[in-house]
Amino acid sequence: MARRELQEINAGSMADIAFLLLIFWLVTTTIDSDEGVKRQLPPPVPPDMEQQEVKDGDVYNVRTNFRDELLVEKEVLSIDQLKDGAKDFLIATGTGLLHPERPNVTLGDDNMKYPERQWVRKAELIALEQSYLAAGQEKAAERIREKLTAIELFGSDYRELPGSALISLQTDRSTSYDLYLQVQNELEAAVNELRDELSLAKFNESYASLEERYSRTKEESLLDKIKAIRLVYPQRISEAEPRDASQGYY
Amino acid sequence: MGKFKKKKREMGAISTASLPDIVFMLLFFFMVATVLRTEEEMVRVIRPEASEIYKIEKKHLIRYINIGPPQDKRYGTEPVIQLNDQFADVAQIRDWVENERLTLAEAEQTKMWVSMKVDQDTKMGVVTDVKQELRKASALKVLYSANSRERTN
Repeated sequence: MARRELQEINAGSMADIAFLLLIFWLVTTTIDSDEGVKRQLPPPVPPDMEQQEVKDGDVYNVRTNFRDELLVEKEVLSIDQLKDGAKDFLIATGTGLLHPERPNVTLGDDNMKYPERQWVRKAELIALEQSYLAAGQEKAAERIREKLTAIELFGSDYRELPGSALISLQTDRSTSYDLYLQVQNELEAAVNELRDELSLAKFNESYASLEERYSRTKEESLLDKIKAIRLVYPQRISEAEPRDASQGYY
Repeated sequence: MGKFKKKKREMGAISTASLPDIVFMLLFFFMVATVLRTEEEMVRVIRPEASEIYKIEKKHLIRYINIGPPQDKRYGTEPVIQLNDQFADVAQIRDWVENERLTLAEAEQTKMWVSMKVDQDTKMGVVTDVKQELRKASALKVLYSANSRERTN
């Protein structure tokens, strides 16, 4: 019987085959990125809920119309001006930390009124916590403790926004989605920039990096810092209940 | 002085035997790293750009709503809503949310994200309607899908 020597297969073209596969894969797949602007919608409003009265200065009104124009606090602004305007509103009468106190302008109707930031003082908080604990209101006491931790981390008392202060966004049905998202984006950028500024000054780290590190490590000390900054600059963007805006324009 | 003769050395050909392995590694890397689009896009969506981008880590929690003009011109040019693989009406959204929620594990049902992929030229009317329906269905975590860009000053 003839014995044949097994010949080695030439693998030189293997690379070409693999390249073909690779290129085929690259061409056929579409990378679907899941990123965007995050928003929490408000829960549905029960029909019998009554409207709350808010002070005029406490709401930063942003409206968009069918021509993609912005009306901010009764003034026509362009989209690039929105962020600074929102920052100005959020700083309000001064945080007591980086931004010194500033007087509330109340001359005439044209001037923008800011919400009045209130001092959060350590001594008052401790007394308040005791009274809540005595009354058995554990949750309320917990909220006070968060403010106390914030004061400890900042190293000084701060001033907080009143609970009714918020940014209100009202969109016309004919506004383009692009403008809507840009407005949302600028408003969020305003909050984020202020948070970053405070965080860098107090903790030598940007707020974004605090959040990113917390999501990885779940460290308690990071969460305390995040909460402290959120107490000074809460993100309160409210979208008005939709209404047929065509009534309001003419 | 011809003592030191230059030695002529033959350069051996570089072995290409490991080339296929390298390419295969590349291939596998791409296969693992890319996310396959699972559903067909029936509407044309040009995503707007935004700087405050959030990236969802747990992809299996995301459900998509696409809104935009249909790819197929026979269905007109007005923006339509696409749920899963078909066009849908605003009124169907609540049922859709309920069904999609059931596809998640019980512990994760409250963590569902709805990613809204909306064409940038769409008017807000239809988007607002969809949002109102999502609120009624208690699907409150929404992501407005966008491409990232730098913050403007």
